[in-house]
Amino acid sequence: MDKTNSGHHISQQFNSELEEIRSHVLAMGGLVEQQIRNAVQSLVEGDVPLAESVVSRDVEVNKAEVNIDEECTHIIARRQPAATDLRLVIAVIKTITDLERIGDQAERVARMGTRLAEVERPKNNYHELQNMGEHVARMVHGALDAFARSDVEMAISVSKQDEEVDQEYDGLMRQCLTFMMEDPRKITQMLDIMWAARAIERIGDHAKNICEYVIYLVKGKDVRHISIEQMEDEINK
Amino acid sequence: MSMNNETTKSHSIDISALGREQRSNTLADETICITTGNLNLYYGEKRALHDINLTIPEKKVSAFIGPSGCGKSTLLRCLNRMNDLVDGCRIEGNVQIDGNNIYDKNVDVSELRRRVGMVFQKPNPFPKTIYENVAYGLRLQGIKSRRTIDEVVEKSLRGAALWDEVKDRLHDSALGLSGGQQQRVVIARAIAIEPEVLLLDEPASALDPISTLKIEELITDLKERYTIVIVTHNMQQAARVSDYTAFMYMGEMIEFGDTDKIFTNPGKKQTEDYITGRYG
Repeated sequence: MDKTNSGHHISQQFNSELEEIRSHVLAMGGLVEQQIRNAVQSLVEGDVPLAESVVSRDVEVNKAEVNIDEECTHIIARRQPAATDLRLVIAVIKTITDLERIGDQAERVARMGTRLAEVERPKNNYHELQNMGEHVARMVHGALDAFARSDVEMAISVSKQDEEVDQEYDGLMRQCLTFMMEDPRKITQMLDIMWAARAIERIGDHAKNICEYVIYLVKGKDVRHISIEQMEDEINK
Repeated sequence: MSMNNETTKSHSIDISALGREQRSNTLADETICITTGNLNLYYGEKRALHDINLTIPEKKVSAFIGPSGCGKSTLLRCLNRMNDLVDGCRIEGNVQIDGNNIYDKNVDVSELRRRVGMVFQKPNPFPKTIYENVAYGLRLQGIKSRRTIDEVVEKSLRGAALWDEVKDRLHDSALGLSGGQQQRVVIARAIAIEPEVLLLDEPASALDPISTLKIEELITDLKERYTIVIVTHNMQQAARVSDYTAFMYMGEMIEFGDTDKIFTNPGKKQTEDYITGRYG
């Protein structure tokens, strides 16, 4: 049963306040997703102006977090939300923290992008980073979609993808280590790549966190810090 | 500086409280005080309560919430047979307190009402002194010893968190007190005869926020000694003071459970709609 019934509040004003934080989270999420895609693109293509724009736009992400936090505080103070409304406010407060962190990671990728633009590019043009980047951007998109539609199934399927990203990350790490051993002059460049990969991998973790908040919002169950299998069991209980 | 010293002195931080399981007592683990079995109540032709099956735990606060006319006050009044006084009121089923059906023919109703005290929405002190209000029940019981009565009056007023405010004017009229103080006099009067159960029918709805908080604080203190059942229109109040919450609708018990659960993740859609303000 979908227990997030967002309509038909007796108080229209309260209704629109809840709708507003919902849509603001999605707008913030859209901005963050764009930041990830731009950051990865700037790194892959060595596009320094694009990377710089990512760095400067992080301010907007931070501002969105502060604004939505304040809206949530007002709702708690004035409305004393309960049940699904309470869970929405809590889920929003937690989601925007993760979104803001994702924004920071995108900024980190962009910074590595500007540094890597100065050195020689590998033949495959950072193909692995591009794949990982696309993967986590899709995860963030999926997590926000699951949030928008209160879709538990989707939240689970996005959570499952985090493991694939972790594997891609491990593979890339091994590759970088091999390169460093072969040619110590490449160590600086490889470290930058590792930092970028690490940031991208972290984005996947944050996307998974958001999926967990979606499950809390819809089902009222706390599924943090447990395996995907336990998560599915808990939901179907 | 002193704070710095404190922190350097004790390197180990006690985190045992952080890892503790959340409140583990569920309704199933509680000692039961009151049970209703298929309780039906009719006012003439109109059926006001539908097959209520409820178990109220001992020495906890249970709150009844629901829209006007849902039967919560009616149910509360069933618990000390207050409905006996209503014309055309008929009851089926049973209500057991400590295992005895209070609707048995041989039950002494005034003895029942001594065991199950009640406080109403509007403070209703008698037009007597504060002292006499609290002593009233004892005098009814035929207690004459001045010393005993003095002791019980003081103890009850302390129990109702009113002693410090009225100890110098015990022999002034109770009607001269503020609404919140009057309500606490009434609670003192109720606990003077040492009931097992206290029924509170919207005890704070006629009071200002500060008096309301005092009454709520008092309820939390009282549950150490009494089983408390409270009817309230104020959902936040139910959330604040109760351990268990029952949601009633149209004479039916929709959901009864842990207050934390009812207010964060209720099991029934009707409950959810009501507590989030979507009922309409």
